Amino acid sequence: MPPSSFNITARILHWLMAAMILTMLFVGVGMMTSLTLRPWLLDLHIPLGVAVLLLVIVRLINRLTRPVPKLPGEMPGWQKYMATILHWVFYALMFALPLSGWAQLSAGGFPVRLYPGFHLPAILEQNPTSYALLHDSHRIMAWAFFFMIVGHLSAALIHGFIYRDNILQSMIGQKKLTDKSEEICSDQ
Amino acid sequence: MKKYFFPADSKKRKTGIRLAGIALTALLLVSAFAWSAGLIGQRNTTRTFLENTPDSFPAGYRRAHGKGICFEGTFHASGNAVPLSIAQVFGQKDVPAVGRFSLGTGNPHAPDNSSRTVSMALMLTSADGEQWRMKLNNKPFFGTRDAVGFLKQIEAFKPDPTTGKPNPEKVAAFLKEYPEAKKSMEYDAKAPWTKSFAGSEYYVINAFLLIDSNGKEHPVRWSMRPQAPFVSMSAEERKKAGPNYLFDELKKRLEKAPLYWDLVLTIAEPGDPVNDPSQQWPANRKQIIAGTLEVNRVFDQAEGGCRDINFDPTLVPKGIALSDDPVLAARAGIYSHSYNDRVREIGYGKATDAVGKPKKDNSQNK
Repeated sequence: MPPSSFNITARILHWLMAAMILTMLFVGVGMMTSLTLRPWLLDLHIPLGVAVLLLVIVRLINRLTRPVPKLPGEMPGWQKYMATILHWVFYALMFALPLSGWAQLSAGGFPVRLYPGFHLPAILEQNPTSYALLHDSHRIMAWAFFFMIVGHLSAALIHGFIYRDNILQSMIGQKKLTDKSEEICSDQ
Repeated sequence: MKKYFFPADSKKRKTGIRLAGIALTALLLVSAFAWSAGLIGQRNTTRTFLENTPDSFPAGYRRAHGKGICFEGTFHASGNAVPLSIAQVFGQKDVPAVGRFSLGTGNPHAPDNSSRTVSMALMLTSADGEQWRMKLNNKPFFGTRDAVGFLKQIEAFKPDPTTGKPNPEKVAAFLKEYPEAKKSMEYDAKAPWTKSFAGSEYYVINAFLLIDSNGKEHPVRWSMRPQAPFVSMSAEERKKAGPNYLFDELKKRLEKAPLYWDLVLTIAEPGDPVNDPSQQWPANRKQIIAGTLEVNRVFDQAEGGCRDINFDPTLVPKGIALSDDPVLAARAGIYSHSYNDRVREIGYGKATDAVGKPKKDNSQNK
């Protein structure tokens, strides 16, 4: 039988990465506009992006090897279909954004600096065409990701507070209604 | 299935409030994002600095200092700066250098007598892979204490459409807000013009911090001081000179022998303004010659090389850190836009003479 909620690894990674990715998106647009913070934001953007890339590998393995809850049976088919597609698009973006960022810096001849004195190797030759394509795709994917996250969040809240089904709960973790009684029992 | 079309909650008002709350959350997030991206609100962003670039700007060229020439050379460290900074570049005998000499005018086809400002951009890559990028000007300080002052100065001196001259009220208001700009205007009116890239001294303008092996920070500014003598050029000479006299003279000189500049570090003393590029430090500050730059060869920027490098002065190696100079941080974002714009033009095949193709192929270059 499928579980009623995502396992603890999935839930921790989901909320941790949600915070990281949202931060990354704001840092990303912020460093392209700020008159004062760009160097600081860039020093945050690169290591945080590498962290997202490492975490999404763990997350994908967990996703593929552990059972996941099913969407509610009464949910309309098209909603299920959309939810499944979006689910995998999110995974694709979590890989594509850090990788295109890394490749973009490489193609522009920039250091991929994690902290002073430590950088990752270039994964592409320096080349203006690759840089232009990667820079544009990185930006477009980031904007798409942002709007999908807003949609995802709104949908989750609608499921949690309007439809009142199990979807939001499955990522928060099930409340065990029996906990208290068990404690009382064990006390006796 | 029914509850996905009709809220289970029969109290419709409650559902309405919840829906409004969710919509508000989404709206707030989108607004915050749009503000961060500079799409809503009135704040100045790094994009604002490129808004004056005309639409007809020739594709593939830098948005400022468009006319330039690439160079290659070697930086020979003296070792004198090793006690001040752990950056490997200060201890390495031969550090490969790539750079660019440029003219201060925006238009890449402007004649050399169109600007007093000449610049050197430089990237040193030490053996540990650390890069040190810099962009130096022959003017030793910046006009205003911050980056917005630069925009306000342009705005204040824009010719009034009726008189064809800057509006004196606007100029006065600007000078009241940025009194330091007077010094810069005096400099611009009086300073001599150079006859050669070779005899010019190039200044970093912004302050940086050198970090020694104990982690101690030493605020510094630096310049590339030429070993060739400075020769000035009168207004009359400039009028008669050919359109490329600076670049032609540089090429001729390098055919005979390499050119040399000493990297001179000026060490701040307590109280010296580290966060204000419009204020020079007193002339008696301690100076150290950290090494010598040898320039061996120049080549056309259409060939690549320096053309595809963003000489972002905030990209410094381990052992050098940024000061809180506001103009320094602003330059990082502005350079990034200029770089992205022109590399996109080159990458997508829109650039013509900027990459050595015939000009007429491009309808944008009318």
